[in-house]
Amino acid sequence: MSARTPRKQVHLGAHFPGVNSTTVWSDPASGSQIDFASFEHLARKAEDARLDFFFLAEGLRLREHKGEIFDLDVVGRPDTLPVLAALAAVTDRLGLVGTINTTFNEPWEIARQFATLDVLSGGRAAWNLVTSSDAFTGANFRRGGFLPYEQRYERAAELVEVARALWDSWDDDAVLGDAASGAFLRDGAVRDVEHVGPHFQVRGTFPTPRGPQGHPVLFQAGDSGPGRDFAAATADVVFSMHSTFEDGQAFYQDVKGRLAALGRTEESLKILPATTVVLGDTPQDAADRARHVRRQQVSGPGAIAFLEQVWGVDLTSYDPEGPLPDVEPDVDNADITRGRVRHVKDPRPVVAQWRARAEAEGLSIRDLVIAVTTRGGFVGTATQVADDIDRAVQEDASDGFILVPHLTPHGLDDVLDQVVPLLQERGSFRTEYTGPTLRDHLGLDRPVAASRRTAHLDQQPVG
Amino acid sequence: MTVARSVHLGLDLSDAGAHPEAWRTTGSEAHRLFDPERLRELVDTAQRATLDFVLFDDSFALHTSRNTTLRGRLDAALVSARLAPRSTGIGLVATVDTTHTEPFHVAKALQTIDHVSHGRAAWQVAWSTTEEVASAFGRKPAQDEADAVAEADEAVDVVRKLWDSWEDDAEIRDVATGRFVDRGKIHRIDHEGVRFVVKGSSITPRSPQGRPPVVVRTSSPASVALAAHRADVVRITATDRGDAAAQRAELRAAAAAVGRDPDTLRVLVDVFVVLGGTEPAAQERLALLDALAGAARRPAGYAHVGTAADLARTVEDWTATGAADGFVLRPAALHTDVDGIADEVVPLLRAAGVFRDAYPGTTLRDTLGLARPASVYASASASAIA
Repeated sequence: MSARTPRKQVHLGAHFPGVNSTTVWSDPASGSQIDFASFEHLARKAEDARLDFFFLAEGLRLREHKGEIFDLDVVGRPDTLPVLAALAAVTDRLGLVGTINTTFNEPWEIARQFATLDVLSGGRAAWNLVTSSDAFTGANFRRGGFLPYEQRYERAAELVEVARALWDSWDDDAVLGDAASGAFLRDGAVRDVEHVGPHFQVRGTFPTPRGPQGHPVLFQAGDSGPGRDFAAATADVVFSMHSTFEDGQAFYQDVKGRLAALGRTEESLKILPATTVVLGDTPQDAADRARHVRRQQVSGPGAIAFLEQVWGVDLTSYDPEGPLPDVEPDVDNADITRGRVRHVKDPRPVVAQWRARAEAEGLSIRDLVIAVTTRGGFVGTATQVADDIDRAVQEDASDGFILVPHLTPHGLDDVLDQVVPLLQERGSFRTEYTGPTLRDHLGLDRPVAASRRTAHLDQQPVG
Repeated sequence: MTVARSVHLGLDLSDAGAHPEAWRTTGSEAHRLFDPERLRELVDTAQRATLDFVLFDDSFALHTSRNTTLRGRLDAALVSARLAPRSTGIGLVATVDTTHTEPFHVAKALQTIDHVSHGRAAWQVAWSTTEEVASAFGRKPAQDEADAVAEADEAVDVVRKLWDSWEDDAEIRDVATGRFVDRGKIHRIDHEGVRFVVKGSSITPRSPQGRPPVVVRTSSPASVALAAHRADVVRITATDRGDAAAQRAELRAAAAAVGRDPDTLRVLVDVFVVLGGTEPAAQERLALLDALAGAARRPAGYAHVGTAADLARTVEDWTATGAADGFVLRPAALHTDVDGIADEVVPLLRAAGVFRDAYPGTTLRDTLGLARPASVYASASASAIA
């Protein structure tokens, strides 16, 4: 065998199943979405396979459909950060990534929670930063739906700026612990922070030590123009939805292309699309399994509810195994479903297109919904999927993937057992962790300790 | 051996101990102050002693009311969560502020710790009155105590409603109809109060204890009223047994006055603990700690500076005479006094037949002898069906 040329390394995360139709709860193998044992299983399994991280999303209001709680998908999830803190006790190296909304949190509290998680996990914390502005979610919070849509990234950027100032306000070696002299902190190693901006006025001495990573790793998922700019300027990892090869390459080039102007290297930002994997013993077997999973994901009532989101009217009198509804959509009822992103602005062209397709291909309502909601995902034998993942990374369609299982908690077992070893064999994926922190796993630089930077004007030593 | 009714003992594991200079004494491992494994070892010891709970103080400020050279603190809720998977039996009490936090976030955080610990979470309700903390958030001016406690009272109300917003059997996984939950059993709380408007429901299913116990420290008439109204466990500071008895009687009467069964209240007395083989040895330890501080420093309220046997006698005496339901032990120095409590005080109490030698159940409510409450919304939906 010739000397191996260094290969670009694949990064992989394990996504805990969420509360949308990707997660199949009706399967007899589906376990609890709330028992800690489910989280522990996926995390331990991911760490055994040397994955980069475990990923947990958050929810701040139960989804509603036609004015009632949407009951066809999994409902109910835990608070993100306590689960990650608990997982820190049962794993040693695995990164712990959690989604936290910037709109309904204050920088002092959120910076403190992530600093704590980073300390408690020995440097494995990451924050998937999302924004929202909707009054529907705001109804659970003190300020209500206070934020204009166009300011959501502005607030997020300022929140991150304040959080970073707070994390930097403690030097890495601030804790001296000199019992003889009674100096617990090194002189000048903890500085007051004062920030005055359009969204935040924050002043004080931060109470929590800097974590081993300096700053937790920052994930960001925005896909709009402002979202991509924000990611390029601020994030360490982009949680992307562009999982197909061509789409992935275009997104990768676009976002990485924004970095040079910002003085960043391409390596300093990883792009990780979310994706699904269905394995089979043969290509045909995998395709059959994938079809079965898709039918589980799109139940009859689920298909009707999906059409209702587009039509804006009640369609429960229609047979999901029959033809598409013959009524016209209600263009003014965009709020029929709340608590999730609505992708369709004007439903009429969509309805016309779907009718034509259903007629041409002889599709029932359920068939059509399966067809129009199937995107990306790897389907094949373990060797095929390893090939596809490796190719996507080597040819710059991504830096790796966030694997989203359809079953809780065993949904990734086969991928971790069968595909990861193949990636390891070809030298594209680590066989052992090389460092203790998530920054080490992702090949990200550690932010320079504050004391070694030019002192920030608004940071004063504690008197 | 099981005891008919055990005294209740909590353990304060904040910082390096309740004495401000505890971190400077031999064996304190100051460099490990923020190491979760240090806490895990202490929790192991507390669990071996079948104590009711361990407790972590918290504050958003570095300095507030802490007359100590020690600096820095981790988020107490996340510390509790970190300790949950590696412990069983022992309760985990996290202090969480109500003045500058969102009740919705607080509710799901405590529920999640309760899920992760299989029913061992509890919430010590805190409030902030300093300019220092108000400036850290920059949303509103500092509040006086009466105002902050009033806000805490409403926050506890909201949090409890959110804890109840899912009935226990809301998750049905009915494959035949495709329904994951019975949405008739998940309730909006529609809270429209003085300080909060919160729609609900919680995003988190009802937790093993239904409602994690609520702990309130009394420090003023307003906080006594809050405790009588909302607390499952009340921490009082008392100068002596008579003072404790009077406060306990007052709390029980106040609870009865708002329609509560006083026996659902556990009144625990804070006690600052400095143990020694003899009383002079304990005094000497305290003198050493005070010398480091340059002055006598100890928390308000009752202090036990003496032998394990004398502390066991005090615990027995105060609980037998109805002055307290138990104590929150505040070791002067964790690395020394926690071992003394587990290895000397607790065995004496067990031998006297007043303290458990095994946990009576799996949850903190079981340990405290508090029934698991039904959701306030459960009867509403049952009668709606009828």
